[in-house]
Amino acid sequence: MRNFDYQRAGDVAEATALHGNDHSADFIAGGTNLIDMVKLDIMRPERLVDVNRLPLTGIESLDDGRLKIGALVTNTDLAYHERVLADYPVLSEAILTGASTQLRNVATTAGNVMQRTRCPYFRNPARPCNKREPGSGCGALEGINRNHAVLGTSDQCIAVHPSDMCVGMQALGATLTIEGPGGTRDIPFEDYHLLPGDTPEREHDLNDGELITHVTLDAPIDGARGHYLKLRDRMSYEFALASCAAVVALDGDAIREARIALGGVGTKPWRSHEAEAALSGQPATEETFQKAAEAAMAGAVAHRDNAFKIPLAKQAIVRALATVTAQS
Amino acid sequence: MMDDSVHSPDDALQPDASRSSNTVTVSLTINGEPVTLEVEPNVVLLDALRERLDLTGTKKGCDHGQCGACTVLIDGHSANSCLTLAVMHEGCEITTVEGLARDGQLHPVQEAFLEHDAYQCGYCTAGQMMSTVSMLNDKRIGSDDASVKEAMSGNICRCGAYKNILSAVQSARAKA
Repeated sequence: MRNFDYQRAGDVAEATALHGNDHSADFIAGGTNLIDMVKLDIMRPERLVDVNRLPLTGIESLDDGRLKIGALVTNTDLAYHERVLADYPVLSEAILTGASTQLRNVATTAGNVMQRTRCPYFRNPARPCNKREPGSGCGALEGINRNHAVLGTSDQCIAVHPSDMCVGMQALGATLTIEGPGGTRDIPFEDYHLLPGDTPEREHDLNDGELITHVTLDAPIDGARGHYLKLRDRMSYEFALASCAAVVALDGDAIREARIALGGVGTKPWRSHEAEAALSGQPATEETFQKAAEAAMAGAVAHRDNAFKIPLAKQAIVRALATVTAQS
Repeated sequence: MMDDSVHSPDDALQPDASRSSNTVTVSLTINGEPVTLEVEPNVVLLDALRERLDLTGTKKGCDHGQCGACTVLIDGHSANSCLTLAVMHEGCEITTVEGLARDGQLHPVQEAFLEHDAYQCGYCTAGQMMSTVSMLNDKRIGSDDASVKEAMSGNICRCGAYKNILSAVQSARAKA
């Protein structure tokens, strides 16, 4: 692994000052993704600013019903937090289906939001990749693309977003708080991850020197239940081929409000407003769920090896909805 | 998890020659003993343990957080020591497999692995045992086999000794 300089920050102001809007510097928290990337020579920071001492390890219930999560809360602590288990079970389930115990013990909330794709072309410096080296081409478009995205792709990039946690957050609705040289700003979680388009190297709405300090979940939908269904090649410690986070509130037999987000199929954690529109006000029946699944995947584009993901995702949506509505 | 990415050689102890020496002093506790290290920032905890402190019980498998052979406890929680920098652990308490036995007495998890013959080649065993110790009293992880398998899934055994590993973990948890 190439070497870098190392600085330890004690608070948020010191961390952003040490980073100093320097393109060659990175923040490090858990490091489970960043260190892997540096070992692979995919990320080449000249300086790391360690933010692990920042006072961002708390989870706070706000008066308006929202839940404010510190950037450094580990995936394990977030998944087992009593408010998450009680009011946001879809998030707990999503986190616990991801990675391994060891990784969840160390990986942080903001680090999970920041994690990079597992596309093998991106992870191999010998292969072309527009995300890693703009203009070099995309090895996956004509290559082995069984694990790649079918939603939100472009002719520059079809890399799939790997996170489960982010899919849960996408369904629940959340706000990211960002601290940087320009001060503090809030952005909706849904706007944070960017579609690849013609600039796949731009993965998120974060400028040099900016640091995510909190993720605040929207207040839970009154009476809603949630479920995360993840389909993968093996039962544990594997990325999703297709996953569905479903949050549904029923009014009798009718769906009052529904949130649908998908993992394993999108170039970003995928919120399906199309599926939600197809569910709203409709009876909670398999026929309705099927229509929602069709709506969610209507814009899907398959490549050589990943056409199976389209019916798989539809089945995930239908089954997640059947499960979540049967709980009532 | 395993992909076709290029794995860099075991070169963590050969810092980039183009950079000036930039060692950092870090003080931490390892198996109950205070230790002060002078390390380059790019030395992962795994290499610091094995190469600087001669604690070679912790094994290097994939070096990318995929196999779990390097699992240690950091402040009581299991972690991949290959994916964390030694310099990040100022003031932390690290426990390695060498820290399990006390006064010549094996740790109950070591006893369970012996009793259940929970290994073949033994390369993954230290990591398997550290994950077991980490979850010994963790009530958030269910007592059924499926929950234990899920909690242990970050530890790969290439020999396939999973059946006996599961028995050992269940036995150790039942007695804890």
